[in-house]
Amino acid sequence: MHPLVERIKREFVDGFVDAVEWRGDLAVTVRRETVHAIAEFLRRDPEVDCDYMVHVSSVDWPDDEERFEVVWEVASIRRRHRIRLKTRVPESDCQVDSLTDVWHGANFMEREVYDMMGIRFRNHPDLRRILMPDDYTEGYPLRKDFPLQGKGWRDTFEFLNEKA
Amino acid sequence: MRDTEKTYRFEDQRDTIYKVDPEHPETATLPLQRTEELLLNMGPQHPSTHGVLKVILELEGERLVKSTPVMGYLHRGVEKLAEEGTYHQFIPHTDRLDYVCAMYNNFAYCRAVEKLMNITVPDRAEYLRTIVAEVQRIIGHQFWLGTQALDIGAMTVFFYTFRDREILLDWFDELCGARLTTSWYRIGGVERDLSPSLIAKLRAFLDYFPPKIDEYQVFLEKNRIWLARTKGVAVISAEDALSFGLSGPTLRGSGVDYDLRKYEAYAAYPKCDFNVPVGKNGDTYDRYWIRVMELYESVKIIKQCLDQMQEGPIMASVPSVTLPPKDRVFTNLDSMIQQFKLFSQGFDAPPGEIYCGTEAHKGELGFYIVSTGGGKPYRMKIRSPSFIHMGAFDHMSRGYMIADAVTIFGTYDIVMGECDR
Repeated sequence: MHPLVERIKREFVDGFVDAVEWRGDLAVTVRRETVHAIAEFLRRDPEVDCDYMVHVSSVDWPDDEERFEVVWEVASIRRRHRIRLKTRVPESDCQVDSLTDVWHGANFMEREVYDMMGIRFRNHPDLRRILMPDDYTEGYPLRKDFPLQGKGWRDTFEFLNEKA
Repeated sequence: MRDTEKTYRFEDQRDTIYKVDPEHPETATLPLQRTEELLLNMGPQHPSTHGVLKVILELEGERLVKSTPVMGYLHRGVEKLAEEGTYHQFIPHTDRLDYVCAMYNNFAYCRAVEKLMNITVPDRAEYLRTIVAEVQRIIGHQFWLGTQALDIGAMTVFFYTFRDREILLDWFDELCGARLTTSWYRIGGVERDLSPSLIAKLRAFLDYFPPKIDEYQVFLEKNRIWLARTKGVAVISAEDALSFGLSGPTLRGSGVDYDLRKYEAYAAYPKCDFNVPVGKNGDTYDRYWIRVMELYESVKIIKQCLDQMQEGPIMASVPSVTLPPKDRVFTNLDSMIQQFKLFSQGFDAPPGEIYCGTEAHKGELGFYIVSTGGGKPYRMKIRSPSFIHMGAFDHMSRGYMIADAVTIFGTYDIVMGECDR
């Protein structure tokens, strides 16, 4: 097992869920309540020392009980390792702790996740839509139930429905 | 002095200035001075925002107190489109991300899919990829240098860099038939080999180019306006830069020696001898210096690749994933069926998820792909450096003059197509 995974498992016995190492990428799934504490640990612990924010992303699994997956990927420049921190979020209580106070870069990236997938981040300083317009009400585009051609606005174009 | 009250009407203001306190009528002769922050919209139509970007600037006098980028004017839903097409079909979409430097997007994407499929690219293809990526880096830095100098007010550099950029764009045209939207990289290799004429032209350019880099610097190194507007502007510490996720020259300007070409040693980079220039002060001038030095390094890398490159295949031979050679598609029925099936149905990717970052000239361009098997990606996230750099804009611009906002956009080398995706 990867030494990092062992550390996390030891420090957060009830927070750790699963760890996968595939194609050289390390992904650790943790419980939603412990995300912030584990992130603090990854950032502050001198042996882990993850100082570099790589990306924040999200995946929609509509058939699962806990529908959404939020992914933070961080790296350590000095220690030369990268770790993907994942957690699951149910649709009924669609929120998770923000990591903006741990890595500054999470601010914009979490806003994008909120914009595209509708996951709310607790304690985020400025949780607004970022790529879609502020008054956009048609939903969250990257959810799997959102149609590719969009919904609503496009149907109001009369010429699209005209019969030739 | 800052006033906490934010908005008031003209009448209110007049009342305040001329209000007379009946018990102390002498105060009426001293008009009260009030200050308030000014909100200024910069963009979405502004020539220096390099695309369509709006920034709401809060000003105190001419100082930036806070800036809020408003993005998404160029949002085309590329990540959603990726979920609907096969892996091969997505390559032309990547051209449209950073439309100034399409080759890098192709490269980063193909590398990510190769990591997912566990494909090893043949040696010659790795060299070709490295050569073209470095040519693209030269183009990107020329474009950046020209436009940044133009934004700041030094117009001449623009003509010189674009003159030389034109040579390379014509070279791309001969290579793949397009100057900007190239789509030359393929999963497992490249689309076609360099012809002897292209190699001769590239060698001629490499001899021609280094004196021209000196020429660019003549205009800027001793230009007092350029120095005044870049030195000590948009300073960011190494720790903050890392925490914001900055990468590429923007990060290296702050003294962090992080370059994926050395760090992950992909393609033909480990076989080449080159330096990664690193700055000290983390200001705009250091980032300019790094980019200019990288031009020299790119020339070095291309020369070494051209010398070391051996004959060999330019596409990995994994028939279930990689495309058959073009001449066989036209003459052989099986190859044609294979090509058709690969494009219409795609190949069967194993379930799993990968992240693969590539050092583009702006920074770390990464693709996070989640696959559940089958021919289409289940989810594709594009980590675009421009978007992440914009996240640091507020932090880097506070306290500077309003005219520096333009310098700070420029210093990221921002392209909105990639930022908004």
